[in-house]
This record gives sequence, structure tokens and C-alpha cells, in this order.
Amino acid sequence: MQAFEYASPRSLQEAIRLLPAQWGPTDVLAGGTDLVSAMKDGISTPQRLVNIKQIAELHRMTFSPRAGLHIGATVTLRELLDDGAVQQHYPGLIQAAEAARSEQLLNMGTVGGELLQRPRCWYYRNGYGLLALRDGKSLVPEGENQYHAILGNAGPAYFVSPSFLAPILIALGATVQLHGPRGARSLPVQKLFVTPTRVGQREHDLAPNEILTEIRVPYRPGVRTAVYEIREKEALDWPLAMAAVALRQEGGVLRDPRVVLGQVAPVPWPSPEAERTLTGKKPSEDLADAAGRAAVAQATPLSKNGYKVQLARIAVKRAILSAVQQGG
Amino acid sequence: MKIRVKINGVTREDDVEPRLLLVHYLRELAGLTGTHIGCETSICGACTVLMNGAAVKSCTVLAVQADGSEITTIEGLSGRNGQLHPLQQGFWEEHGLQCGYCTPGMILAAHQLLSRNPHPSRAEIRKALEGNLCRCTGYQHIVKAVEWAAEKVRAQAEHA
Repeated sequence: MQAFEYASPRSLQEAIRLLPAQWGPTDVLAGGTDLVSAMKDGISTPQRLVNIKQIAELHRMTFSPRAGLHIGATVTLRELLDDGAVQQHYPGLIQAAEAARSEQLLNMGTVGGELLQRPRCWYYRNGYGLLALRDGKSLVPEGENQYHAILGNAGPAYFVSPSFLAPILIALGATVQLHGPRGARSLPVQKLFVTPTRVGQREHDLAPNEILTEIRVPYRPGVRTAVYEIREKEALDWPLAMAAVALRQEGGVLRDPRVVLGQVAPVPWPSPEAERTLTGKKPSEDLADAAGRAAVAQATPLSKNGYKVQLARIAVKRAILSAVQQGG
Repeated sequence: MKIRVKINGVTREDDVEPRLLLVHYLRELAGLTGTHIGCETSICGACTVLMNGAAVKSCTVLAVQADGSEITTIEGLSGRNGQLHPLQQGFWEEHGLQCGYCTPGMILAAHQLLSRNPHPSRAEIRKALEGNLCRCTGYQHIVKAVEWAAEKVRAQAEHA
């Protein structure tokens, strides 16, 4: 690993002052489960790391029915899973965080880092950059694209967004707080994710001198949620497709359904098509199946990932059925 | 950079390079070679140690991240007179290893499980050890070893 200097500030302001206005020379360190790996592989080569784990205000978690759940960025996945209020009021979030196992990863990995982890695309992880370019041309369309995007993949980005938490957070209407030199801003989680269109652009709407400080999840009693994911092996793997669903039942019909797919596009992928299929209808297996079909109707699979269309369809269907069967 | 770490009950202070990995710190500076380096990509779990009681993969933790913490390695589990920890005994009794390379990491991951859940089911044991790979045993004997240890700890608690 390339040598670097290490700073461990106690205040957010101090941390922000240590971040430059361009990507590359400095990285923010929280749990490090993704970043340290990337540094060992030479994918990230910072000259300075700014550790944010010593900043007390980033490690708070609070819940109230009025304000909802506020999760500090450096709260670990284990701390999230062990929290009584999260267990009681946000079962979908528990399901998603639980899936991001192993135990060791849950202990070190943070909620903020889970959202900001870099894609698993093997071209990216082998040094070809987010756009997987060689001689100005993407290696993905004619390459080993079995794990790449089936939606939102017109190019030049073909990787899939790797976050387990983002789809359910979006379905629940969560926002993130970002702090930079000019103060704070708030973004819906969906807007945190962007599909890069040129070299050097990142997959997050986060400036190099901004820090993700908090995730805020509204409290919505009566909303049923579920996450369903499909992976190659049970243990220690990223899903091939996942779906997160949040909905209400009123007078026997579905209201305000949110359906968000994960691991199928360069960003978490909401499906207004599936949501329209569900709205105002009586839940049934046929309806869930129709929503699954609607969610992948616009899919444009690459040469080796056609199978993911079927998986995404089934993930949506089963997440809907599972949410409907839940109490709440 | 100066760090202060309590390893197996003994506090050390060292001046380390920020890029030094915790596993190298433990093996090379502290001389505790029971923690193994396996895949170096945080997949295999051979390097698992406890940091403030929580299992972590020390090949993907910087030594500076461990500043101020308490670390337990496999060397820290046995008693003062060399008395094996119930988990170490369990791996012995139930043949929970063949080559032994994954064993220190397995035992420390199992240690965290038993500290959180003293009576795990087989499914819970398998889930807790998901981050640790063994290429010899097929895991059956490892699961039995952890069950053995859980039973032993329970029996010890009853006699205490």
C-alpha cells in the first residue's frame, strides 16, 4: 500500500477543512472495509486519510415518532441492527442491513460507508476506472458483463450500485445530510446516486470536500416493508438482484406503493411502472407478478446478463408478497 | 504515528506508519503470529481478531484504527497456566480442524457468537461463521466444536 498521512480530527469542521476540492489526494475513512481494500489494491491511492470515527456527533442515533430515525454516518451496521427502535419500527431496514453480512463486516462497516461504497464491477476493481475504459472504449458490452446492469445501461456506465441499504431507504423516503465548507445540504437518498457520464465523475452526488453526516428516515406507521434479494451463494456475497418495497393497505387495496430495485442499474432503480401497477389494487399473487413484469419491461440486458431480468422480476414479486403478508 | 493498544491484557505503545495493517502490527511488532494472513482481501477471515470484543478482519483494518482499543488474539484466550479456552478445547475434542490455518479466526469469530448468544442453534453457528472460510473440514466438525464449547461454558457457569 502506498504511504499516506493520517488525520483523526475531533470536529466536523476540522475534518472538512482537511478535505481538498478535488477527488484523489484525500479520502474519508470510517470503517474502512471498502476503502482499505481498495487502497491495498491500488484502486484508491490517497496521500491523506481523514478518519471521521472520532467525531462524536457522527456516531449518534436517535428515534422519535415526530422526527423519525436519525442515523449518524459512522453508526455501524451492527449498532443499527442492535437498536431497539430500529427493530421495532423499521423491519425492512433490519432485513437489508442483515443481508450485508459477514459478522466482521457488520462490526466495522458503517451506515454512511455502506451507502458510499464503490461498485463491485471487476473492471473497476482491476484498475479500468468506473467506466471500464480501454483505448477510450468500454470493455463491458462485449466483455464479462454477467454481473452488470440490465437497466439504465445505455452507457458509458454499466456497473451496478452495490448498496444493500439504499433501495429500502429510498422506498421509505429517507434523506441524507451532507456537510461541506459552505454548510449543510439535504438530499433524498435517490439523489445521492448519479450515473456518471464522463471520466472522473463519481457515482455519488458528493463533493470531494463534503462529508455524509446523517441519514434521516421518516416514521411512517402502518407502512409495510420488505426486501427480497437473490444471490449466487448464501454466505458472503453481493446480490444479483434485489427489490425493496414499502406500501400501505387501506380498505383492502394498496396505497402509496414504493418499489425500488437494487444491483440492476448504476443507481438504485425505482420502478414507477411497478408502483402504478399496484396502486389502488387488491393484493394478489397475480398482481405482484404483474408488478414484477412491469418493473423489468424496459430492461436492456447485455450479452451475458439476460438471466438477471428474470431474477429482478422475481425479486420484485416476492418483495411485494412479503410486504403484503406483514402486519402493520 | 503513536498508537496505544491493549493486546491480550498488555498495553503497548508504538510509533507506526499509518499504512501498517493491524494484522502486520500484531504479527511483526507484537510478535503474535497466531493471527494468520490468508486471502488479504477480507474474504477468508483467517485474520479475525476481537477489537473491543467485536470480531474484525485485521487484514483490512489499519493499526491506527485500533488506537485506544483492546485487542484479543488467539494467544489471549488460554488461561495463565496454559489452560485451553472451552472453544480451543472444543476444536480439539471435536476435530474442528485439519490444517489449522483458519482455526484462530474461526475461534475468535465463534467467541463473539458465544458472547452474544450462549446457546446458539446450528443454523446460528453457521451464520456467525459466514465470514470465515475453511477449505479442509467441510465445516461439520467446526459447528460441532462450537456446540461443544457452548455446552462447556454453560456447564461451567452452572458449577460456578
